[in-house]
Amino acid sequence: MTTLITDTRTVFSRELRPTLRDPFTIIFSMVQPLVFLALFTPLLPDDDGTALQWFVPGIIVMSCLFASSMTGSNLLFEIQTGSHERMLVTPLRRPALLIGRALKEIVPMFAQAALIVTVCLPFGFRFNLMGALLGLIILAAFCIGLGALSYTLALASKNQEWLFWTVQQTLIFPLLLLAGVLLPIDNGPGWLRALAKANPLSYVVDAERALFNGDIWSSATLGGLLAAAVVAALGLGVGVRAMRRSD
Amino acid sequence: MIETRGLAKHFKDVRAVDGIDLTVAPGELVALLGPNGAGKSTTLRMLTTLIPPTSGQATVAGFDVVRRQRDVRLRIGYIGQGNGAGHSQRGRDELISQGRAYGMSVRDSRTRAAELIDSLGLAEVADRRVSSLSGGQRRRLDIAMGLIHAPSLLFLDEPSTGLDPQNRANLQEHILALRARHETTIVLTTHYLDEADSMAERVIVIDHGRIIADDSPARLKAEHVGDRIILGFDTESDAAGAAATLDAPRQGRQLHITTDGAPRRVPGILDDLKAAGHPAAEVEVRRPTLDDVFLKLTGRSLREGGAEATRTPELVEV
Ligand SMILES: Nc1ncnc2c1ncn2[C@@H]1O[C@H](COP(=O)(O)OP(=O)(O)OP(=O)(O)O)[C@@H](O)[C@H]1O
Ligand SMILES: [Mg+2]
Repeated sequence: MTTLITDTRTVFSRELRPTLRDPFTIIFSMVQPLVFLALFTPLLPDDDGTALQWFVPGIIVMSCLFASSMTGSNLLFEIQTGSHERMLVTPLRRPALLIGRALKEIVPMFAQAALIVTVCLPFGFRFNLMGALLGLIILAAFCIGLGALSYTLALASKNQEWLFWTVQQTLIFPLLLLAGVLLPIDNGPGWLRALAKANPLSYVVDAERALFNGDIWSSATLGGLLAAAVVAALGLGVGVRAMRRSD
Repeated sequence: MIETRGLAKHFKDVRAVDGIDLTVAPGELVALLGPNGAGKSTTLRMLTTLIPPTSGQATVAGFDVVRRQRDVRLRIGYIGQGNGAGHSQRGRDELISQGRAYGMSVRDSRTRAAELIDSLGLAEVADRRVSSLSGGQRRRLDIAMGLIHAPSLLFLDEPSTGLDPQNRANLQEHILALRARHETTIVLTTHYLDEADSMAERVIVIDHGRIIADDSPARLKAEHVGDRIILGFDTESDAAGAAATLDAPRQGRQLHITTDGAPRRVPGILDDLKAAGHPAAEVEVRRPTLDDVFLKLTGRSLREGGAEATRTPELVEV
């Protein structure tokens, strides 16, 4: 008997297997944000020694965001060759196809998060383990939603790959900048803050910062949880619909 | 097993499938035959739940293809026109995950994968990246993937395209064995006329999204074309005399006679001609191919698409 969970595991392990068989690419991509962190942190205003506390959760969100927005990119190729079609004919539950593929992007990023945190510990970074784990769950939910949207975008872009890359690139940076991931937006102009308020990622980033700092039972946590749940539900809903209707 | 009514699919202004009524009983082996763009793949894609019909309906393995997709998927296998195996994957891994997708245990998937790898001659390449396989090896892997769960209804979209004759024969054997062992219902499309002819007891000819003929290969040929006897004469006057004797149309020094059961009739005809004093100099019996059927039905040849046909005229010197 299969369930949504076993189906997701089937899709996830299929997706991850080529990476595990050839781990070099993933090791390389894991080191990337460390470089980023090393070059960016010294630029941040650091009056009270909290730059890392503020920046590290943001970097973790950023890697996860980039990775899950790429969920559809492997798919583009598999749509062309026919292996996606083959998966669609199997009784695999449609949400499992979306979640399994998104998780394949997300899970390595969590390994990377552990690496980033470990590297930052000697430089004075402190975090709450419970909070951080809860934070990653919220982040995973958000990224599953985003991955499902990326999947949908790939379905819509078949036979015109440029569409996928154009939309992905056009959306990802505003999403990131308007969530105060790299630079704080508290001091920005009113319109910018209004946009940030409308960006679900803002709530997730705030929740991550609060949770990593051990501020578990806060309104930030609740906001992040809600924003992630909404994005996950939306992404899965849109994705399943797109799969049904796709020619 | 399959029941469709007015099944149609339109892509913008292309009527890819234009109203198909089809009934396939359990255990049948049906070949869909038609030129490029006839709507074969689109038909299979609707029957396998991949695309929703524009209009009409279809029941496959007892379930509606739109409303009960999962129930349909659980009961069918599909080998598409493309490559089912992911190019960055390894063959054996794909076979196992395909088994898992159909709810088989890891152990069963492994065993079954090993069996299929063995019987489809993939032992040497099953643990390599799919992208490094030759076209024919990849095709055999696709077929193995479609067979992993031994479905009771199997759809194959041009399964043998890209295979060499030996592997093609091997595949045909495989399909027939599968059918004998599990009473699998099989619907396949093909460009190889000899394949449709020798394997399927029912051939459905599709053109412009419609079914234009549906019968056994033998009946299609008998009904639409018939055998032809071509008689050659040394002189035009012999030919003219023979034409009068047999009441057959003449083309120069040749007579063309359309009939059933030509090989049995030839000796009698030759005797009659000799008795009448217009002996034939040569004789050729042409048995029709499915291509002749297609040509007759549509005015076009199927073979223009690059597919091959076997036409072996039996030439007899008298
Ligand atoms: N997704 C699609 N979008 C638009 N048109 C399509 C699509 N799929 C198929 N068509 C068109 O529908 C028609 C039927 O295509 P189909 O693939 O069913 O043909 P086929 O009989 O399988 O041909 P072949 O022998 O070449 O495989 C063709 O004109 C094709 O261009
Ligand atoms: Mg086709």
